[in-house]
Amino acid sequence: MSTPTWVPRRRRGAELVLTVMAVGISVFGYIAVGLGVSGTIPSDTYTLIGGLVLAAIGAHLAVRQFAPYADPVLLPLVLCLNGLGLVMIHRLDLGRQALDPDRSAFAGSQVMWTFVGIVAFTAVLLIVRDHRRLQAFTYTFGLTAIVLLILPLLPVIGHEQNGARIWIHLGPFSFQPGEAAKICLAIFFAGYLVVKRDVLALAGKRLLGIDLPRGRDLGPILLGWLISVGILVFQRDLGSSLLFFGLFVVVLFVATERPGWLVVGSLLFAFGAWFGYVAFGHVRVRFDAWLDPFADPDRNMQIVSAMFGLAHGGIIGRGWGQGSPELTPFSFSDFILASLGEELGLTGLMAVLLIYGLIVERGLRIALTCRDGFGKLLAIGLTMSFAIQVFIVAGGVTRLIPLTGLTAPFLAQGGSSIVMNWAIIALLLRISDQTRRPAPPTSSVGSDEQTQVVKL
Amino acid sequence: MSELTLTLIKLGFLAVLWIFVLSAVSVIRTDIFGTRVPNRQVAKPAKKSAAPAQKSKPAKRRRGKRGQPSLLQIVDGPNSGQSVPLGDDPIILGRGTDAAIRLNDDYVSTRHARFASNGEQWFVEDLGSTNGTYIGSQRVTSPVPLSMGTQVRLGKTIVELRK
Repeated sequence: MSTPTWVPRRRRGAELVLTVMAVGISVFGYIAVGLGVSGTIPSDTYTLIGGLVLAAIGAHLAVRQFAPYADPVLLPLVLCLNGLGLVMIHRLDLGRQALDPDRSAFAGSQVMWTFVGIVAFTAVLLIVRDHRRLQAFTYTFGLTAIVLLILPLLPVIGHEQNGARIWIHLGPFSFQPGEAAKICLAIFFAGYLVVKRDVLALAGKRLLGIDLPRGRDLGPILLGWLISVGILVFQRDLGSSLLFFGLFVVVLFVATERPGWLVVGSLLFAFGAWFGYVAFGHVRVRFDAWLDPFADPDRNMQIVSAMFGLAHGGIIGRGWGQGSPELTPFSFSDFILASLGEELGLTGLMAVLLIYGLIVERGLRIALTCRDGFGKLLAIGLTMSFAIQVFIVAGGVTRLIPLTGLTAPFLAQGGSSIVMNWAIIALLLRISDQTRRPAPPTSSVGSDEQTQVVKL
Repeated sequence: MSELTLTLIKLGFLAVLWIFVLSAVSVIRTDIFGTRVPNRQVAKPAKKSAAPAQKSKPAKRRRGKRGQPSLLQIVDGPNSGQSVPLGDDPIILGRGTDAAIRLNDDYVSTRHARFASNGEQWFVEDLGSTNGTYIGSQRVTSPVPLSMGTQVRLGKTIVELRK
């Protein structure tokens, strides 16, 4: 008897074609930078092509081998972003060193970190063969996340940089534990809420058509809020604080299906924001720079410069190597979107944002089709942390919301960010592979005797 | 490097970038609409002529797509012979009052297993029963897709999906 079933398709060929296109875009960009800045095709182009092809093929083969049914578009999209980021960082190195030869170049280390990221990607695919295993370590991951968040505050290894205390230094390596904490917290929230969601979903008071949660169930959300305010107070990292709280509220909402959590979350957020504005000078500086950057153009030089850059780019941009994005401080990390906007214009920036949007869409699709609750919540958590981060960065750079110090995933310079984002993509692909894989053959009868209930 | 060449490179790069984005979108598109079930239309008439008597009655009640199961039938156990028509809502089997069929089986829990559909495929899911739900010798731990005629055992009761 033929039964209608969902036909699983691997579509690895489509993935390969898109991967080749993504690598092609990076190489094209690299050559264009060379032509735009110095008028020649850079001599090391072939080394770069070789390296990129090697990395892309490696990642593609890892997916082919360890997650054959995984989503076919995620990997090429991410590779394209990563390549664009590398090209932009390389271009900014050239520009910044033309201004002052003593400035350090970042492209080399970023290429190295990309390779580390792809190794981490392969390792996650290899080690986590079934994402449901992670549920067993729910509280381990929760504890790890808290330890990771506290690490930068410790006296010896913790390190303050540009006003935010989010770094640790271990010998020659520096690392942002917040990036790893993001993944650990997503796993913890998913594991915790998949168990507790029924309790939290119990209807409390109903007000204006919205089910508000009971007072005693507010514990977890208050805890999440306290963690986020703690980050704000002790680490002075506005972006991460917003990211963790947003992540928690969204996962809580998805798990319980109660809009009441969003209301409570927004109120707590509004209170936290007001508190931050009143109590901390650095928050007030950011707010004022957002509302009226030209009131104090010297102090708000960064955002003003980024806005001039975006305006300079216009609709189709200056072209690779033709603008002057290097004038903006941190144009290679926090403001890389503004740099891209100047060189590629609105057209290019929209394409980049669309790529981010597609990654988020695939993540939500994975969550929708996933069959187990933990996988659903994990995919939602990882995707939403990605989406919130992109929103905070893009909104900050374009002055939609106050500026906070988060990095654009895969684009911005920063080792820990790129490695951890590759790990997030690996986890998403793992869940996707589980979801799209054909069901194991179910033999109906024959071996029933082995499990027959026996009356004793 | 002339101004014109640089402009062409700039426009070319933006074009390639957008072609990449649009091809990614088209892959997603075929990914959504490309999961068509093969041979559903072709397989139907042949089967109808093969066993018309058996199928004629439930066929009237069925409002889902062709080739979909329309009946959850108990084939063995104390309630053998009883059946529930399949709709869009999930069906719970067990000894409790909210069960679609109250199974008179001592080895079945109050809320034993749930049968639910995502619109195309029926799944069985164990609701934390004491003695477990089995397909063959495999205990059901997560929702398992069911094909027609696959026998699912709850306690001493055996159920299957039928047309």
